[in-house]
Amino acid sequence: MKISVQREDFDLGAEVGSICGRNTIGAIASFVGLVREVAMTLEHYPGMTESSIRTIVEEAAARWQVMDCTVIHRYGELQPNDRIVLVAVASAHRGDAFAACQFIMDYLKTRAPFWKKEHRPEGTRWVEAKAADDQAAERWQDPARKAG
Amino acid sequence: MKVKVLFFARLREEFGTSAEVIDLPGSASTVNGLRALLMRRGGAWQRVLADPKLVRVAVNQDMAAGGAPLNAGDEVAFFPPVTGG
Repeated sequence: MKISVQREDFDLGAEVGSICGRNTIGAIASFVGLVREVAMTLEHYPGMTESSIRTIVEEAAARWQVMDCTVIHRYGELQPNDRIVLVAVASAHRGDAFAACQFIMDYLKTRAPFWKKEHRPEGTRWVEAKAADDQAAERWQDPARKAG
Repeated sequence: MKVKVLFFARLREEFGTSAEVIDLPGSASTVNGLRALLMRRGGAWQRVLADPKLVRVAVNQDMAAGGAPLNAGDEVAFFPPVTGG
């Protein structure tokens, strides 16, 4: 498992490539989040950020087969089109890899202590949490949604 | 009893501080007790901390509810609902 909270950009190919170490891995699902339209500054809570991501990944590994996982989240100044976040999950089959990857992203959005401040022409503003993100995370609590 | 208190993002800006050490009276030894103590400072403290929609709390880097007890040396963080990802 690799968890990194960093200012620097990341290379999707290199990160996914470094997961492919075992011949029992049959699927890697990855998600990359990008800055859309507006430059922003991302602040986080050093220490709690890493431990909360670790807890989320462990929760995913308790629900699905997670053979390896990489989560990278950037902070600092970011421009439109910049990469913000990478989640890559390796499993034997695609179902577990897709589900765990989506679960980790949904939980990360509502539980990891990051805050976005947008730099708009009319001034800066802190982004407000969205109810849709809470709902996306909550649906995983419905046992019917849990992968068997 | 001393606790380390941290503020992040919008709260850090509104309060004009990112960290301070606060000596809590025994009667205030919960998250809600600390919050009430800070609200008595008035101004932004009163306005922001009074609105539960604007504030989340972590004790020793774990999310905590208002009734969570505090102990000497704890790290208590106040911050807005998170917006990463």
